[in-house]
Amino acid sequence: MIRDRIASPISGAHVSRRNFLASCAAVGGGLMLSLNLPLGRIGAAGADGFAPNAFIRIGSDGQIVLTMPYVEMGQGTYTSIPMLIAEELEVKLDQVRLEHAPPNEKLYVNPMLGVQATGNSNALRGSWTPLREAGAAAKAMLIAAAAERWSVDVKSCRAQDGEVIHETSGRRLKYGELATEAARRPVPKNVELKRPHEFKLIGTPAKRLDAAGKVNGTAVYGMDARPSGVKIATLAQSPAFGGKVKSVDDRAAKAVKGVRQIVRLDDAVAVVADHMGAAKKGLEALKIEWDGGDYAKLSTQDIARELEQATLRTGAVAQNIGDADKAMTNAETKVEAIYQVPFLAHAAMEPMNCTVHFRGSECEIWIGTQAIARVQAMAAKAAGLPPEKVIVHNHLIGGGFGRRLEADGAVRAVEIAMHVDGPVKVVWTREEDIQHDYYRPYWFDRLTAGLDKDGKPIAWNHRFAGSSVIARWLPPAFANGLDPDSTEGAIDLVYKFPNFRVEYVRVEPPGIPTGFWRSVGPSHNVFVTESFVDELAAAARQDAVAYRRALLEHNPRARAVLDLAAERAGWGQPLPKGRGRGVSLQNAFGSYLAQVADVEVARAGTVRVHRVVCAMDCGTVVNPDTVEAQLQSGTIFGVTAALHGEITLKNGRVEQTNFDTYQMLRINDTPVIEVHLVKSSEPPGGMGETGTSAIVPAIANAVFAATGKRLRKMPIDPKMLKQA
Amino acid sequence: MGFNISINGRTHSVDVDGDTPLLWVLRDVLGMTGTKFGCGMALCGACTVHINGTAIRSCITTIDSVGASKITTIEAVGATPTGAKIQQAWLDQEVAQCGYCQSGQIMSATALLASNPYPTDADIDDAMSGNICRCGTYVRIREAIKRAAQLNGKAGQP
Repeated sequence: MIRDRIASPISGAHVSRRNFLASCAAVGGGLMLSLNLPLGRIGAAGADGFAPNAFIRIGSDGQIVLTMPYVEMGQGTYTSIPMLIAEELEVKLDQVRLEHAPPNEKLYVNPMLGVQATGNSNALRGSWTPLREAGAAAKAMLIAAAAERWSVDVKSCRAQDGEVIHETSGRRLKYGELATEAARRPVPKNVELKRPHEFKLIGTPAKRLDAAGKVNGTAVYGMDARPSGVKIATLAQSPAFGGKVKSVDDRAAKAVKGVRQIVRLDDAVAVVADHMGAAKKGLEALKIEWDGGDYAKLSTQDIARELEQATLRTGAVAQNIGDADKAMTNAETKVEAIYQVPFLAHAAMEPMNCTVHFRGSECEIWIGTQAIARVQAMAAKAAGLPPEKVIVHNHLIGGGFGRRLEADGAVRAVEIAMHVDGPVKVVWTREEDIQHDYYRPYWFDRLTAGLDKDGKPIAWNHRFAGSSVIARWLPPAFANGLDPDSTEGAIDLVYKFPNFRVEYVRVEPPGIPTGFWRSVGPSHNVFVTESFVDELAAAARQDAVAYRRALLEHNPRARAVLDLAAERAGWGQPLPKGRGRGVSLQNAFGSYLAQVADVEVARAGTVRVHRVVCAMDCGTVVNPDTVEAQLQSGTIFGVTAALHGEITLKNGRVEQTNFDTYQMLRINDTPVIEVHLVKSSEPPGGMGETGTSAIVPAIANAVFAATGKRLRKMPIDPKMLKQA
Repeated sequence: MGFNISINGRTHSVDVDGDTPLLWVLRDVLGMTGTKFGCGMALCGACTVHINGTAIRSCITTIDSVGASKITTIEAVGATPTGAKIQQAWLDQEVAQCGYCQSGQIMSATALLASNPYPTDADIDDAMSGNICRCGTYVRIREAIKRAAQLNGKAGQP
């Protein structure tokens, strides 16, 4: 599927494989291969054909350097992607060095979409075929160069551990000695990739290449950038979105030792100081009066009401199979439900920050971002400079989860830096970070299903309303009232429904920005659909696993993970009073995942998740250790959302401020998480987000099993579960 | 006013207000960026350092309260036997993901193990529940602490 996307010529002309892989001599000798890696789900090929954004350089010293556009934010990309090249190129993993691509309009940016970003669990998925092909092509060119030098048949040579070997004579040449000659050879049109049983690296656990600096304090995040002479600033932005600064009394702030300057913007005030301690103290001493603006009275309830109203209108049809309305009239039983999920903040451990040195005619930026080209473009606009005058240094990311796909932090830092002589690091307090996020949208869902006399679903109607992040972030991808993100997890369900209709009503809530949040569309849709399927099973008085299973005859991959999860979780075995098991099943990000959660509901209504069993078919497993780590990680992210996650507005302001009011799961509440993998030779699926969307309905369904109470609104409200 | 503080065996003189949190002296004044800022209210543990071997949150520890105490940060904790064991266990168990919180996690875990060589699950919960990891590496943090405890010599202890 990925490959089809890469090869599909958007211009209409046939684009051959060769257009997507080109070679040239590297500066300073050696071989350079350039290729195109897809950066979004919306296709990769540029309108003009080949637009390389990744480069493999084999130097005369034998060092192999991969320059690529994806960033490491904890998901293990910097380890799993070099494995793909090393596998086909026949080198050890530690021979491949990774460099992050700088922003460059011509080289790294998809010319049609203008995005250079890491998100939607697509880094490894997108790289799977092109990087292995590039490795295989480079190997073939190196072998051909050696054969030519020795005047022997190519077929009598083979590659092993960074060398080409001539079998019969035993002659050997290192890649570094061959690279410059190899660069003069044509790139092979077709290369044969290894078959799974030939893999030496893929499928074996590889140690993460970025681990050492993360245990001794030497890893450098955007927050740690320290250009010479840097000042530290912190800021207060209008508490109500869209509000303005009315007046500032900065006399007391200026008197704070170490405070150098107060910068007043239209909608924010920043305190520039020698260190963050002084900047924060200065901020607290500021007396700011705000003009709340148009949304100064806004509350979450206003938004929920607007969304509820919107679900009474018809929406854009996202999927339509059969005739759900007609089938509904024949239903023996009708099940109706309304679901809601809240706004959520990202709360990455590294608060938002950006360091900027504005020099008038150019601008230098230090940041950790998932979308470096977006940062460059938006910072350039804010600075009134052409993009090439904005230099962006990317850093490790102290948690992305979608937050660092946005460039608002860089724009704000540029606005401040334009008033400051010398470099300034703008650091958001945790409170600013939580109160000025781009939030996971609030969603409102209305569902109706019809069951026949055996309890089988014969009709499914689902209409939901909420914000389209894509429409703002990537406008060309929003078309006919739909985008591929908002609907993922609501359409193309794993189950077979004869009559099925899904509609989406786009509503942009006023006064609160929305953004991508780990597991994006499925973070909402999988909770809704998997909870509702559970409701249907209950209405049919059938076991939740057996009910799902009966709808999966056509879908062996989904059925396999469901069976495996149920078996390993001990599905059906008795549990103590107050405990319950719940199941969920999804196909999202190219991977199949079933989860069984085992929860306990206390008399006070509080929920504890004891154990989560995951059964995953993510296609070919590249680094099994990363698969396990990402499932643990994604699951805990989802447990946090189910138990604690809620951002609310009152008088236009986000009410939550720090980790006391916006709580995170901690180690003492962490469940046992078991990961079981189904062997597969399908292309790799995404990993980083799967657990987050699947675990929420598994928990809600487990609470139903334990208490008989159906949770249709997140997060879990203990008051609703409290026993009298 | 000036303060002389002992960090990782060296004395540093800094000229800041007495109520300045140690975190910012470390990061911004002295350029030791291994210690991280996460919340500023001792809610997340990212800023954890040792004062005389005890784990404390440097974001709420004012510089005038430090006195002659010996401060150890992530940059030097590997020089202690327990710190080195914890760091090795972190690598062996592949704990880190984004890694931002791990300085604080390692400082908390080292302080735990230095005072309690064979911690139980409950001990680990008590010592580590002040450290948030948004990537959710808790399962492996627990495993790594147990692994480091085994390196203390009594393999198989609970």
